[in-house]
Amino acid sequence: MCSVLAMSIGHTLLGLLESGPRHGYDLKRAFDDTFGHDRPLAYGQVYATMSRLLRNGLVEVDGIEAGDGPDRKRYAITDAGITDVERWLASPEKPEDYLRSTLYTKVVLALLTHRDAADVLDTQRSEHLRTMRVLTDRKRRGDLADQLICDHALFHLEADLRWLELTAARLDRLRTEVVA
Amino acid sequence: MSARQYARDLGMGARFAVTGGREGWVRTALTAVGVGMGVALLLLTTALPGVVSARHAVEEARADYTFAVHPLPKGDDTLLLADTGTWWRTKSVRGRLLEPEGPKAPLPPGVDRFPAKGEMLVSPALGELLASGDAQLLRERLPYRITGTIGAKGLLGPRELVYYAGAEGLKPKAGGARTERLRTFGDPQPDTAQADPVLLMMVLVVFVVLLMPVAVFIAAAVRFGGERRDRRLAALRLVGADGRTTRRIAAGEALAGSLIGLVVGAGLFLAGRRIAGSVTVMGESFYPAYLDPSPLLALLVALAVPACAVLVTLLAMRGVVIEPLGVVRTAVPARRRLWWRLLLPLAGLALLYPMFGQGHSGGDFNQYLVIAGVLLFLIGVTALLPWLVERAVARLDPGPLSWHLAVRRLQLSSGTAARTVNGVAVAVAGAIALQMLFAGVQGQYEKNTGKDPSRAQLEIALSDHSRVGPAAAAIARTKGVRASVGLATASLGEKPRDADAALDVIVGDCASLRELAHLPSCRDGDTFALAGPEYGTEFDRASRDAVLRPGHDAYIDPGYADVQGLSVPVAVPEHLRWATARGDSLMPRANGLLVTPAALPKAAEPALSGEVFVRMDQALPDVQEYVRNTAARVDPVADIMAVTPTETSARYTSLRTGMLIGASCVLMLIGASLLVSQLEQLRERRKLLSALVAFGTRRRTLGLSVLWQSALPITLGLLLAAAVGMGLGAVLLRMSAAEVTVVWPDVLALTGVGAGVVLAVTLLTLPPLLRMTRPDGLRTE
Amino acid sequence: MTPPDGSLLVARDLRKSYGPTAALDGAAFSVHPGEVVAVMGPSGSGKSTLLHCLAGIVRPDSGSITYAGRELTTLSDSERSALRRGEFGFVFQFGQLVPELTCVENVALPLRLNGTPRKEAERAALTWMERLEVDDLRRKRPGEVSGGQGQRVAVARALVTGPRVVFADEPTGALDSLNGERVMELLTDAARSTDAAVVLVTHEARVAAWSDREIVVRDGRSRDMERSA
Repeated sequence: MCSVLAMSIGHTLLGLLESGPRHGYDLKRAFDDTFGHDRPLAYGQVYATMSRLLRNGLVEVDGIEAGDGPDRKRYAITDAGITDVERWLASPEKPEDYLRSTLYTKVVLALLTHRDAADVLDTQRSEHLRTMRVLTDRKRRGDLADQLICDHALFHLEADLRWLELTAARLDRLRTEVVA
Repeated sequence: MSARQYARDLGMGARFAVTGGREGWVRTALTAVGVGMGVALLLLTTALPGVVSARHAVEEARADYTFAVHPLPKGDDTLLLADTGTWWRTKSVRGRLLEPEGPKAPLPPGVDRFPAKGEMLVSPALGELLASGDAQLLRERLPYRITGTIGAKGLLGPRELVYYAGAEGLKPKAGGARTERLRTFGDPQPDTAQADPVLLMMVLVVFVVLLMPVAVFIAAAVRFGGERRDRRLAALRLVGADGRTTRRIAAGEALAGSLIGLVVGAGLFLAGRRIAGSVTVMGESFYPAYLDPSPLLALLVALAVPACAVLVTLLAMRGVVIEPLGVVRTAVPARRRLWWRLLLPLAGLALLYPMFGQGHSGGDFNQYLVIAGVLLFLIGVTALLPWLVERAVARLDPGPLSWHLAVRRLQLSSGTAARTVNGVAVAVAGAIALQMLFAGVQGQYEKNTGKDPSRAQLEIALSDHSRVGPAAAAIARTKGVRASVGLATASLGEKPRDADAALDVIVGDCASLRELAHLPSCRDGDTFALAGPEYGTEFDRASRDAVLRPGHDAYIDPGYADVQGLSVPVAVPEHLRWATARGDSLMPRANGLLVTPAALPKAAEPALSGEVFVRMDQALPDVQEYVRNTAARVDPVADIMAVTPTETSARYTSLRTGMLIGASCVLMLIGASLLVSQLEQLRERRKLLSALVAFGTRRRTLGLSVLWQSALPITLGLLLAAAVGMGLGAVLLRMSAAEVTVVWPDVLALTGVGAGVVLAVTLLTLPPLLRMTRPDGLRTE
Repeated sequence: MTPPDGSLLVARDLRKSYGPTAALDGAAFSVHPGEVVAVMGPSGSGKSTLLHCLAGIVRPDSGSITYAGRELTTLSDSERSALRRGEFGFVFQFGQLVPELTCVENVALPLRLNGTPRKEAERAALTWMERLEVDDLRRKRPGEVSGGQGQRVAVARALVTGPRVVFADEPTGALDSLNGERVMELLTDAARSTDAAVVLVTHEARVAAWSDREIVVRDGRSRDMERSA
């Protein structure tokens, strides 16, 4: 839940390279430490991503250490790479389209079938809170990065709940509109 | 900044004052009522000179003295009048017997025809009293038929008790009640004498001392609800008003509040004037019509009050910065400095110092310097008190929790605390100074009569010596009388005419004479010589030697160049026995010959004037009334005096009465303002108090803490007030050249009254405190 | 619904009306020692009234409240006051610190209400202030500290008597997110470490996430989400 699935792994790896050249394995470790709490990055994905970045001229091979295996390469970011990271950070993310979320569907369905929509809301809030408690607990034990990332999720969950609260407050109006 | 802008901001403030929602309205109402009460008191003060002069005019118009040595000759335009004024319990009744001697006899003011013998005219209040049935004993004393009413022109006030009764056979300049032959009413010698400088000074001081707390009160009233106002102004800053604008808006609010206050004050004054006619204050009543503020002074009030309101508001806002997001009190106020505060009373002293001792030599006081000096002294109290409170509470150690809470609160806002008790402190300081002044100069306005009120409580002067015996006997039979002593007196000279030495001859039976002197033996026919204890000089001794020559005659009622006397010779016995005066003699000034009735030549009797001394059981209710009734029955023209050890000048007494009335009004007013500001403070803290109760704070702790919060500053305030008051009192006494003495019981009583006001106010705030701390107070969150 | 054994504070079928409006209409509640229970619900749902009833500040019209085996509703006003002084702690939305007392005196206040001598009370207050990281404010007055600091002082004040139940009514309502987080962290840590129960009234899910369990109040009725789920 707390991972960064939606993020661009290529840009993230590029960003990590900005502080200095690294081996592929170092990159994976750095990524896992900072972002990959739930799911460590597969090394294959690192390798594939770096190949693509090399192809696009965003990184270059800084040096190869003697020995076997593909992980002997040391990568460094190119000027084009730095520009690319800059551009990525500077461009806003497109807000996701939440309108067709499952929650909304459930609430409207409950109303249409004359079920108690407040129950749906309370149950959902309870479920959200369960998750939020886990996150809060992790945040309490974790370091700064944990806190930032958990807060991010917490705020999103809270947004859901706020919507739920508002919906609950509007239930009466909603009911007359939907049923009519 | 254009004048129009000014006007617009002021107008905006004024609009806030009347339309600012319920809160704004309550605040304006509080200010208006507070200012109104102050204004009403001020108007009353400005009306006082009018009242005094109107009453004085009536007094002069109905004066019935002649001051002539010889009675006027009888004519068709003369009137015989006897002063038969009496008392009904504690109320004085002005009474006159009238006997017109011709068709052109003068009528007293307010009377349109003379009552016939056996009839009387009464003032409305006396008519009511006599009709009430409550005054049965007074009705017995005035057995005349009521045939009319005395008009307002002849009365000092609507509640004054006055009667004029018809009489026959009055004798001018006889004994008993003062009896005169008049050709006209009115003071024959209108008051042109220079006012007594000490009395004048006292009048000024009374005014300053009473008006100063009113000013303090008005200043406090303008600040009612100030914190809420500040918050509203902050909201105005948020929408773009600048600091100056908010100040002007605040000034506009204060102006509106004080203008409404002026109207309220005028209303209160008029309403008060209406009921003024039906109240009696310390034995005095007033015609509402007399309560007419002098236009100039009223105008001054109308201008000064709003101006002060604006000034006070601007001054109060000096230490406050209104920011868009709230009110910032200039963080750490500078520590209060002492020197300029001390300077005020010192400056006052400097103004008054040159006038030290002037009361003595008939000198005069500069009115402005007196007023300024006294003002500076009293302002000194208001300036010194905040400093004193700040210093004192800073040193206090927290003790029990309620005390701790109070001390901390005082430390945080000692200025507010000092301000709330300032009025009381000023009033008490002024009252103490006045009290000292009054007590100190009392000696100058009091005559020692040398009489002992335990020996006789009433002294009845009879119109005719021949009534002494029957009167004494009748009075002795009256309910409640323990003893009645009849004595008659006349003067005694060494020659039939133009005597150089004058002694008394006192006639009475042995028992009566023994009330004056120790007589070893006494029988009817005896004569004794008596040297009055107060007549011990060489001259007195020579006088006695000249008149009391054993074996020679002395002359009763000797004549003088222009006065015909009876000049009846009386023989001084060969072996003249000397009696020693009693220490508690009924006539402490008796000096001359004591004569038993058989020893008195019959011819001398008309020269005698008779007196009856009455000792009675004072525990018996209305005992005086019984005696007065008996006396009136046996001699309607008798003059009855209550025996007091001292006699006080009437003007002095009325000034003192005025001060007491004023001081009570002022303290009540201050109590009211104290109550409002305390309730306001409680309301501000309502939520906090509820939270404290939620923790389980005992209400007793909260109540005690509120009590300490007022008790501490008021204790300091009263200590300071006592010190400054006594200082000012001492200065004033030095000015009137009187001895400086402190009457501690009076100082304690006055500070006690001040403390009582604060205590009462605090007790009154307790029920709202308890109501506010109900847990429901948390609900508003 | 029967509360599980070992509950410290249990309320059943609480009803309370202010005039014609029913603030509570059959609400129930229970909390264990060391448990943090969030009371959630929209404004005007009766959350605060429930807290006031549970804390013995307001007497419900009907229903029962049992604290450690004692029935609260039959206690007199002074008995309930004594209970609040000794066993309960309070945190309000706006601190409600006494403005004229210094911070350490504010924290020491509940101890002094119980009769602890001043020096001793302030020493205890100071250790709590250290724990809540506001000991450097001890000489300051509430007017001189920030909202977050003031609220931490208020938490120290609520905990200083070692209460068995802490009632917190929107304790972060007036704070920004960061300060709110910190206050919640300190409050729940301290309460858990002393095994005190916390009744936390809030309408914010992020604040409620610090609880172990929530109940929802709607129209004066309560719903225990854990047990009804």
